[in-house]
Amino acid sequence: MQQTRSVELGTGLFVLLGLAALFFLTTQTTGSSDISTSDAYEVTARFENVGSLKDRAPVAMSGVTIGRVTNVEFDPQALDAVVTFVIDERFNEIPDDSDASILTAGLLGSQYIGLQPGGSDLYLEEGSEIQFTQSAIVIENLISKYLFNQDSGSE
Amino acid sequence: MLREIWVTFVDFVRTFGALQLFFLRLLAATPSIFVRRFGLVVKQVYNAGALSLVIIMVCGLFVGGVLGLQGYSNLSKFNAEDSVGTFAAFSLLKELGPVITALLFAGRAGTSLASEIGLMKATDQLSAMEMMAINPLRRVLVPRFLGGVISMPLLAAVFSMVGLFGAHMVAVSLLGVDAGAFWQQMAATLDVRDVNEGIFKSFVFGVVASVLAVWEGYNAIPTAEGVGRATTRTVVITAIAVLIIDFMITASFLR
Repeated sequence: MQQTRSVELGTGLFVLLGLAALFFLTTQTTGSSDISTSDAYEVTARFENVGSLKDRAPVAMSGVTIGRVTNVEFDPQALDAVVTFVIDERFNEIPDDSDASILTAGLLGSQYIGLQPGGSDLYLEEGSEIQFTQSAIVIENLISKYLFNQDSGSE
Repeated sequence: MLREIWVTFVDFVRTFGALQLFFLRLLAATPSIFVRRFGLVVKQVYNAGALSLVIIMVCGLFVGGVLGLQGYSNLSKFNAEDSVGTFAAFSLLKELGPVITALLFAGRAGTSLASEIGLMKATDQLSAMEMMAINPLRRVLVPRFLGGVISMPLLAAVFSMVGLFGAHMVAVSLLGVDAGAFWQQMAATLDVRDVNEGIFKSFVFGVVASVLAVWEGYNAIPTAEGVGRATTRTVVITAIAVLIIDFMITASFLR
């Protein structure tokens, strides 16, 4: 009897430890609890060029992440990119004339959307579209511009 | 020569087929054992899982510590030592956790399963059970198989968790990486899908390692030498199978 008791106790402890480890791994090491789509509102913005912006890229204001990109797609009619992103419900007083630009974190970092506040009294809400946008800076274009300028300068 | 190769090939395919049929028979008997003889399963979870905890935790701690050291020495060349946590978590959760746990499991629990069952066969205990109208497959093999399947994912999770603490200990306490950056970067980069991949892998490895151990024991030649050979084969075949399957799962999870 004593034998079975200690076996059961050991097994119970083992399973509990294992489940605790699973719980720890799924909650502590992942950033899934960051911004849930349920307490957030969805905003869209159109860009001429999104560079290498990806789903789940951060949306930041003053450098603080306030949302996530949920979808990037191409609009075949307007011939530009439509980026859909969610902003946390807590930040519901962002002026609707704020402008969105695609920025790069560091020199080689991943791209994110930076919001600059505007001065309007109306706020962004579910389904609104940001009017003022600035595309991603494509390094190749910058370089070619620089090269062509040099060419015309030397003449 | 050619004929020998052909015979070996046919032999291999036949053994492989027999293994599949054996696996199906185990699966078919699983539900009734799980419901009616749960006590037997608990005892095997204790044997395969709880008794393997010490080796798993010690190995996890040191593997994590090595990841911390290696990650730090390489990443600091790019001034990116804050990413040590991400590096260790990715390696542990997706690869090292499931794979090393499966190899240790094969060495610690698989061999004991194979030799136990092989010895039962060599001493005619399995035949005795049959004489008493007890199906040894259901009474002996299925609980051991289930014990292994239940234990593996839990052991792998414990391994990864202890490994992360090992990496934390080395990187933060020893080498002076910022603790906040260590955990924050990890949480920002890792996705639930990465954790799920590790859990899925460890579950598959649990099934593979348990089936192979039970199979080898059950088919051991009933002599002292045969049991010894079965034990060795368990470790060798499990290691090969686990590494091949690991490659296939990783390739299929790639996005």
